[in-house]
Amino acid sequence: MTDTPAATTPRTGRQRPLSPHLQVYRLPLPAISSITHRITGIGLTVGTLVLAWWLIAAASGPDAFATVQGFLGSVIGQLLLLGWTWALWYHTLNGIRHLVWDTGKGLELGAAYRGGYISYGGSVALTILTWIAAYAL
Amino acid sequence: MAEFTLPANSKVLPGKTFTVAAPEAKRKKTFRIYRWDPDSGENPREDKYEIDLDKCGPMVLDALIHIKNDVDATVTFRRSCREGICGSCAMNIDGRNTLACLKPIEDVKGDVKVYPLPHQPVVKDLVPDLNQNYAQLASVKPWLQTQSAPPSRERLQSPEEREKLNGLYECILCFCCTTSCPSYWWNGDRYLGPAVLLQAYRFIADSRDEATGERLDALEDPFRLYRCHTIMNCTQTCPKGLNPAKAIAEIKKLMAARQ
Repeated sequence: MTDTPAATTPRTGRQRPLSPHLQVYRLPLPAISSITHRITGIGLTVGTLVLAWWLIAAASGPDAFATVQGFLGSVIGQLLLLGWTWALWYHTLNGIRHLVWDTGKGLELGAAYRGGYISYGGSVALTILTWIAAYAL
Repeated sequence: MAEFTLPANSKVLPGKTFTVAAPEAKRKKTFRIYRWDPDSGENPREDKYEIDLDKCGPMVLDALIHIKNDVDATVTFRRSCREGICGSCAMNIDGRNTLACLKPIEDVKGDVKVYPLPHQPVVKDLVPDLNQNYAQLASVKPWLQTQSAPPSRERLQSPEEREKLNGLYECILCFCCTTSCPSYWWNGDRYLGPAVLLQAYRFIADSRDEATGERLDALEDPFRLYRCHTIMNCTQTCPKGLNPAKAIAEIKKLMAARQ
């Protein structure tokens, strides 16, 4: 888009440095909740593969199913499931936030912070409730 | 594409330390300033200046002028109006983009880190090259366009129509918002960024402008408009308190409404 290449200094032809970005920027809460949305989205994609593995194992027979159940019942498996539960709740709540934004509402700075707190707090609370329900039932 | 680390020639090295404040000075503050000399061939560095706040005014710009006048005349930065209307002294202070003239030193806890606007080519020290931003601004034709015959007097607007421009016309084009936007960092060659999109909306929203269709056509693109992911850094950082994120959302709504 530029008329003159910005990457070099005209007189010496020396490459211009790129000013620091992530290295110096203190990301505010709305930005952190935004990157969390993307990370949880990627995590859920992986989680969907595990769900598919579980379903395929359930369809193929008791031995395969027992293997998957054994893995998911282990400490690592339970921690992963806990992470995916939280990721699902966070991504859902924050997804609702994005739907509200698409209507042009909730874009004032205060609302953006409140929405971020609700997504984080709500997802943690709902994760705890989900696990209490899962173990009680 | 997203490059999270700096290129080898851009890594910031430790620099010199200048102790300016007298030992008995009561209000000392250290400014850590990004330096890059285009003639030296060296990497950028971070110089430290410990100054006496009783020797300068209350704003970060006052401290920079004090350092340039009394300590190190090679420190280079843009400034003009010193009252937040020209947009020249936009820079990254304490990790956030703002105007140095509007940023009180006392708002910063600890050392004051002063860096150029993020993810831009550096001309020298705190002076970024904003040519790409200006070219992108020109691309949205930031002026009134009409097809109808000119009236015999001014093109009139009702108070309600004028009201719609509040929060848009005040932009001083300092590009604090654009250079705070991670989407712009990763796709600045194709995404227009918040400042330019706010300007685009300023003319879309103007009742006197008759090129709304063409303006929206020009923004109908996977990158120019839709790289906005509502990260909200723009609104958070705007030194004039404007809301580019909302202006972008309004453009997106108009796009959806005309489908």
